Amino acid sequence: MPTQTNTGTAAAQPAQQGFVYLPLIAGWLVPGAGHFVIHKWGRGALLAASILGMFILGLAMQGKVYSSAHEVLDFLCLVGDLGNGLLYFLSRAIGLGGEPVQVTTADWGTRFIVVAGLLNVIAAVDAHNLRTGRKA
Amino acid sequence: MIFRPSHFTAVLLFALFASVVFGITQRETPKRMVGYGAYCFALFVLSAIVLSWVMYFIAR
Repeated sequence: MPTQTNTGTAAAQPAQQGFVYLPLIAGWLVPGAGHFVIHKWGRGALLAASILGMFILGLAMQGKVYSSAHEVLDFLCLVGDLGNGLLYFLSRAIGLGGEPVQVTTADWGTRFIVVAGLLNVIAAVDAHNLRTGRKA
Repeated sequence: MIFRPSHFTAVLLFALFASVVFGITQRETPKRMVGYGAYCFALFVLSAIVLSWVMYFIAR
């Protein structure tokens, strides 16, 4: 009786070698770095430009970078901000986004920063999926 | 540097950045990435315009 081979698993095998979480961690810390680690240069550059652009424009709009949470919504925004990885800690270290500004664009800027963090998490997970062979 | 865009400019920028990330991460081939990114961009912008008109008529 002929044995049946699973070609999908065999194709994914080469991607399993090494530390599979490196793209996930690198992608979280630095936008696009997860894709750079697995040599997806074009995708990484576009992701980095989009996420960095959104984060920088959020700061330029005088958006707030959350440092603590007193309500549930604040906590969710803080989690979103933490998705920016090193950008979050760098901006906190140099005091960017620390002062709440009462203008409409500042509110949009705050959302830009939160969404940039969430998009960065999506990009990091995508890099991890590429590394494990779950995505082509 | 302070950036004060109009509401519509902010919508366009938001839609552009989010659509690029959605396109790259949610599809596998470059052609399908571009198509899905354009689809997301159109949905973001169109839904913002439609909701803006809805809110305009609610406020009147």
